[in-house]
Amino acid sequence: MSDTHAHSVAFVRETEIPASPPPAAETGVVKWLRANLFATWANSLLTIVAIYVIYLILAGTLPWIANGIWNAGSLGECREILSGKVGACFAVLTERWPQLIYGFKYPTSEYWRPTLAFFLMLVALAPVLFFDLPRKLLIFTALFPFIAYWLIWGGTILTPILALAGFVGGFFVYQKFVKDSFALGAGGGALVALIIWVVGGWLIPDTANENAMLLAVPSRDLGGFMLNMMLGLTCVSLSIPLGIVLALGRQSHMPLIKGISVVFIEFIRGVPLITLLFVASVMLAYFFPPESTVDLFLRVVIMITMFSAAYIAEVIRGGLAALPKGQYEAADSLGLDYAQAMRLIILPQALKISIPGIVNIAVGLFKDTTLVSVISMFDILGMIRGPILASTEWNGVYWELLGFACVCFFITCYGISQYSQWLERRLATDHR
Amino acid sequence: MAEPQMKVSEEIAITIQNMNKWYGSFHVLRDIDLTVNRGERIVICGPSGSGKSTLIRCINALEEHQQGRIEVDGTVLSSDLKNIDKIRSEVGMCFQHFNLFPHLTILENCTLAPIWVRKTPKKEAEETAMHFLEKVKIPDQANKYPGQLSGGQQQRVAIARSLCMKPRIMLFDEPTSALDPEMIKEVLDTMIELAEEGMTMLCVTHEMGFARQVANRVIFMDAGQIVEQNEPEEFFNNPKSDRTKLFLSQILGH
Repeated sequence: MSDTHAHSVAFVRETEIPASPPPAAETGVVKWLRANLFATWANSLLTIVAIYVIYLILAGTLPWIANGIWNAGSLGECREILSGKVGACFAVLTERWPQLIYGFKYPTSEYWRPTLAFFLMLVALAPVLFFDLPRKLLIFTALFPFIAYWLIWGGTILTPILALAGFVGGFFVYQKFVKDSFALGAGGGALVALIIWVVGGWLIPDTANENAMLLAVPSRDLGGFMLNMMLGLTCVSLSIPLGIVLALGRQSHMPLIKGISVVFIEFIRGVPLITLLFVASVMLAYFFPPESTVDLFLRVVIMITMFSAAYIAEVIRGGLAALPKGQYEAADSLGLDYAQAMRLIILPQALKISIPGIVNIAVGLFKDTTLVSVISMFDILGMIRGPILASTEWNGVYWELLGFACVCFFITCYGISQYSQWLERRLATDHR
Repeated sequence: MAEPQMKVSEEIAITIQNMNKWYGSFHVLRDIDLTVNRGERIVICGPSGSGKSTLIRCINALEEHQQGRIEVDGTVLSSDLKNIDKIRSEVGMCFQHFNLFPHLTILENCTLAPIWVRKTPKKEAEETAMHFLEKVKIPDQANKYPGQLSGGQQQRVAIARSLCMKPRIMLFDEPTSALDPEMIKEVLDTMIELAEEGMTMLCVTHEMGFARQVANRVIFMDAGQIVEQNEPEEFFNNPKSDRTKLFLSQILGH
C-alpha cells in the first residue's frame, strides 16, 4: 500500500491516505454496555447494586401510586376503601386542588381570571424567550403586567391604566431629554411618571372599585401555587435588570456609584431571605409615610427582588470579568460610547456567559417563594401546612400533598433549566 | 515597489509634543515628540516593554497620558469624552489579538460602528462593509462568526472593520505577532495595499521586511524614549546608536 521506502530517510508522499470508518468494535449497544456498566468486576457489582436499589424504590412507590384513591370525602374514607392495602389518598387533590392552585380565599367564581392571566403570560413570555418570533409581539409583553394586574386583582381598570400612563409619560420625557444628558433624561422621566401617578391617584375616586367590571380581590386573598408563580415571575423579571445595573455599578469608576453598589450587594448577601421577609411583613411599614398602606404583596416583591438582584449582580460581574479586556478596547477604539459598548458588545457576551448562574438563581428564587408561608401568606406550602392539613378531613395526608407541590415546582424549574440549555446552545457562536 | 503613489503631503495628521506617561510610579513614555504628516507610514519597533504599544494606544486614548499634548486631525486630546469619541471615530485600530466581537457575524462586526456611531443607514453600512470585505478578500465569509475563521482571516476582518468607519489614520498594534507564518503574509499584503492608497499608518511591528518596503520612517524606541528615527534604508543599513545596532543585529541575526 505504500509507495515509499520506509527505511530511507528521504520521503515524499505521492498518494493521500483516504479517511476510513472506525473499527466495528467501537460502536453498538454491546460495546456501550461493556464500557459503561460492566467494565470491571467492581463496576459490574455497582451496576447490580444500583439496579436493586432502583427496584426497591419502584416496588415501594408504584403500588402506592397505582392503588391511589381519587374519590373520597376524607382520609378516613380513603382508609376504609383501601381496607389495609397500601395506597395513596389522592382524593385530597381531587377535592382541594382549587385551593392548592388559587388559595382558599380567592372567589371561586373568579378563577377564570388568574387562569386567563396565566395563558396570557405564556404569550407574553414567548417573544422574550424565543427571539426568532416577530419583535412586534414585545408590545404585548410590555402591556402584559398591566393586563395581568387588572385580571388578578380586579377592581377599577383605571388603576392599571394610570400606572401605564405614568410609564409612557416618563418614557417620552426620557426620550426627549436623554440626548442632552442621561441624568436629565432619567431624572425627568421619573419625575413626570411620579407626577402622573400622584395626580392620577387623586383623580380616581375612592369608590371606583365598588362597581368595577371585575370584582376587586385584595392581596391577602391571593394564595396557592398562583402566588408562587406571581412572586417568581415578578421578582425574576425585576431582579435581572436590577442585577445588571448593580453589576455595572460595581465596575464603575465613579466612587459614589461603586460604593452604593458594593454596600447594597454585600449587605443583602449577608442577610438571610427569611429576615428580609420578616422585615417586609412587619418593619417596612415604618419606612413608608404613616398614611400610606403599601400592599404586603408589593413589600414582599421588593424584598425578594433586592435579595436575588444582589446575587444576580455577582453572577453577572463574573461574566463581565471573564470577557477579555480587548473587547472593551475594540468597542472603545471604534468610537462607541459607554452605553453603546455595554449594550451591543459587553452585556450580550457577559450575559451569555452568566446564563447558567442566572438560571441557577432564578430557579432558587422561584423555590424560595415558598418562604412567604412563614409570614402567613398562603402560598402552596402555606395552604398545605395551614388550611388543608389542619382540616379534620385531611389531617395527616402529607405525602400526597407535598408530592403534588413537588410536581408543580419540578415541572416549572425543569422547564426553566431545559430552556436555559437550549438558549446556551442557540447562542453558542464561538465554535470552540 | 509602488513608490510613486506613496506621496506624503505637507498636512499634519498627528502632533505629539513633550508627552509623558506613568504607570503608577513607572515612567513608561518619556518626552515623546512626534509629528506625522498625512499619508505618512511609520513603523515603530523596539524591544518588548519599550513603550511602543503604549505610545500608539495613547493616540486614540486607550491609554491616558499625564503630560504633554496630543493633537489628532486638529482635535486636541483632552479628558473631554466628546473629543475622545471624535478622535476614536477618525482613527482606526487593529490589535494583536484581533478583538473581533465573537457574538456577531463578520458582517455585523463591520456594520456595528458605522450604524451606531456614524448613524449610517443599515443598508448603506452593509454595502460599505461588503466593499471592504472584498478589499481584504473575504466577502464569502460575511455571514460566518469570527470563531469559524483562521487567524489571518480574522485580522483582515479586523482591518476591514476599522476601514468601515472611513478612518483618516490607522494604528496597528503588532497585527501579525499572533499569527502563523503562512498567515502573516496575507495580512501584510492587505496592509501594503492600504499603504499604497495613501492611508496614514502607524504600525508597531517586528516585520522588518514590511518596514523596508512600506515605511517612510522607522522609529526605534527603548525604555520609553524615541532612540532613533530615520528613513528605512538608512535606518537598517546605517544605524547610528549602539542600542539600535544591538537590536537590529538581534532581530536580523538569524
